[in-house]
Amino acid sequence: MLHRLSLSELTARLAAGECSAVEVTRACLDQIQRCDGQVKAFLHVDAASALAQAEAADAARRAGATPAERPLLGVPVALKDNLATRDQPLTCGSRILENFVSPYDATVVEKLRAAGAVLLGRLNLDEFAMGSSTENSAFGPTRNPWDPARIPGGSSGGSAAAVAAREVPAALGSDTGGSVRQPAAHCGVVGLKPTYGRVSRYGLVAYASSLDQVGVLTRTVRDAATLLGVIAGHDPRDATSLPEPVPDYRAALGPGDLRGLKLGLPREYRIPGLHPEVRAAVDAAVNQLQALGAEPVEVSLPHTPYALAAYYIIAPAEASANLARFDGVRYGLRVAGADPTEMYQRTRGAGFGPEVKRRILLGTYVLSRGYYDAYYLRAQKVRTLIRQDFLRAFEQVDALVTPTTPGPAFKLGEKASDPLQMYLEDIFTLSCNLAGLCGISLPCGFTRQPRLPIGLQLLGPPLGEATLLRIAHAYEQATPWHPQAPPLAGD
Amino acid sequence: MSTPHLDIRAVAHLARLELTPEEQARYGAQLGDILRYVEQLQQVDVTGVEPTAHALPRFNVTRPDVVQPSLPLEAALRNAPARGQDLFVVPKIVE
Repeated sequence: MLHRLSLSELTARLAAGECSAVEVTRACLDQIQRCDGQVKAFLHVDAASALAQAEAADAARRAGATPAERPLLGVPVALKDNLATRDQPLTCGSRILENFVSPYDATVVEKLRAAGAVLLGRLNLDEFAMGSSTENSAFGPTRNPWDPARIPGGSSGGSAAAVAAREVPAALGSDTGGSVRQPAAHCGVVGLKPTYGRVSRYGLVAYASSLDQVGVLTRTVRDAATLLGVIAGHDPRDATSLPEPVPDYRAALGPGDLRGLKLGLPREYRIPGLHPEVRAAVDAAVNQLQALGAEPVEVSLPHTPYALAAYYIIAPAEASANLARFDGVRYGLRVAGADPTEMYQRTRGAGFGPEVKRRILLGTYVLSRGYYDAYYLRAQKVRTLIRQDFLRAFEQVDALVTPTTPGPAFKLGEKASDPLQMYLEDIFTLSCNLAGLCGISLPCGFTRQPRLPIGLQLLGPPLGEATLLRIAHAYEQATPWHPQAPPLAGD
Repeated sequence: MSTPHLDIRAVAHLARLELTPEEQARYGAQLGDILRYVEQLQQVDVTGVEPTAHALPRFNVTRPDVVQPSLPLEAALRNAPARGQDLFVVPKIVE
């Protein structure tokens, strides 16, 4: 039953000597054994390495290591397979990196190790984090633990599904347009995307560098606060990381009183396509937040209708540049050719899947001569207007409240043939990345039939994580949603 | 930019991406749809607006210019598809 405990419950028990890191790690490995045949969240589990790390954690505890020094000592954490971990695979869900082994640790991985976490394995994702369903993984889709016929969301679908299925108490993902928050919503867990630059991107395989950010997936808001506190901070190896000091996010959670806080309800997010049960759950959540003392205020973000178009220029443009490095020369797949150009073309043609090819082509086109000003530059300017909308709203309110997704998890294959339909999945999440804000999704109810989780999104100004966590924690403590586990997770 | 003109073969060549004729047809049509969708950005007045790249704009980010540890040779070459004499081996470039 140790696998069912939250990260905070586990750290407390480990600190009190009520269980060992080896026992906790074994419990998670057993749960993976039981569930992952159905869920398929993991691409790779290194049980021997995990147990060795757990033994080392237990030894460190016996030698006197304290929770203040090592806040995650002995706690299993799993990683999206686009975060470099020395001597472990790093496939990015792509054939082109099928046999790649990381030569170094990402900064977030170094920080997890320093905090004492037990790194459990590699989690499935849409290829190079491009997608909203995890169906774009070259190694097969992950299933939603609440209904294995449905998608878990994406691109951090493996991370969200593993945490929901009680296979691991916490995971890291990455969020470029909603890739942490959207799967968190579909799997009924907490997903936090920090402000752009709050967490180092060193060792995160780049998709769209001006939008990418490492995020956390957990079963409680408190756990998200703990994990963010471990991974946040300036890193000289990421010139875009922010030098501002990292606050004590756990201390900011507070007693659950939201008096004095104003919450903005963006008019433009009330779209006709919103699923009625999602709308009802979010309306009920707003009432709950009001009951806790917060004051809801209607706000306007007039450039919202242009966010999706701007995103689908900027992200593919940056992707086409970033993925130029996969050319069969220094690492990854190589398909032989008569000359270097033919080798590049064949390697990339064979190594990348359909969605990655589409985005590389789109990005190459919008950056090509004669089109740059009309597409990329214009999109970056529209992005400024979107950002200004938010900054203006945050002069009036402390956070914004929206649905995370327009509907609950859909069935595998349902949107696979129409890229634009799939892109619409991210309409509530991607403005946050364009504007560089922070955002969190947390459970706010279930649809009736079938029973699927619904996510509530809170958006905050740059570096507003502490306030978001405070609001999310108050809501979570006042509602019955977060302890609910999918039937598949069993006992 | 009224009707986007997309020569999928030329773009695929720029991207060094080998596509089958079937992929060319499919991606060509899908990209046409996406480009028609993003044309709505033309309606936005962006006169005098600066492009964005960071939530909290940073300028002149520097670090001390000192030697840092780097990847050992073996680690750098570990994933090479072809190697020899501590180098990456590639097809002949110069005739």
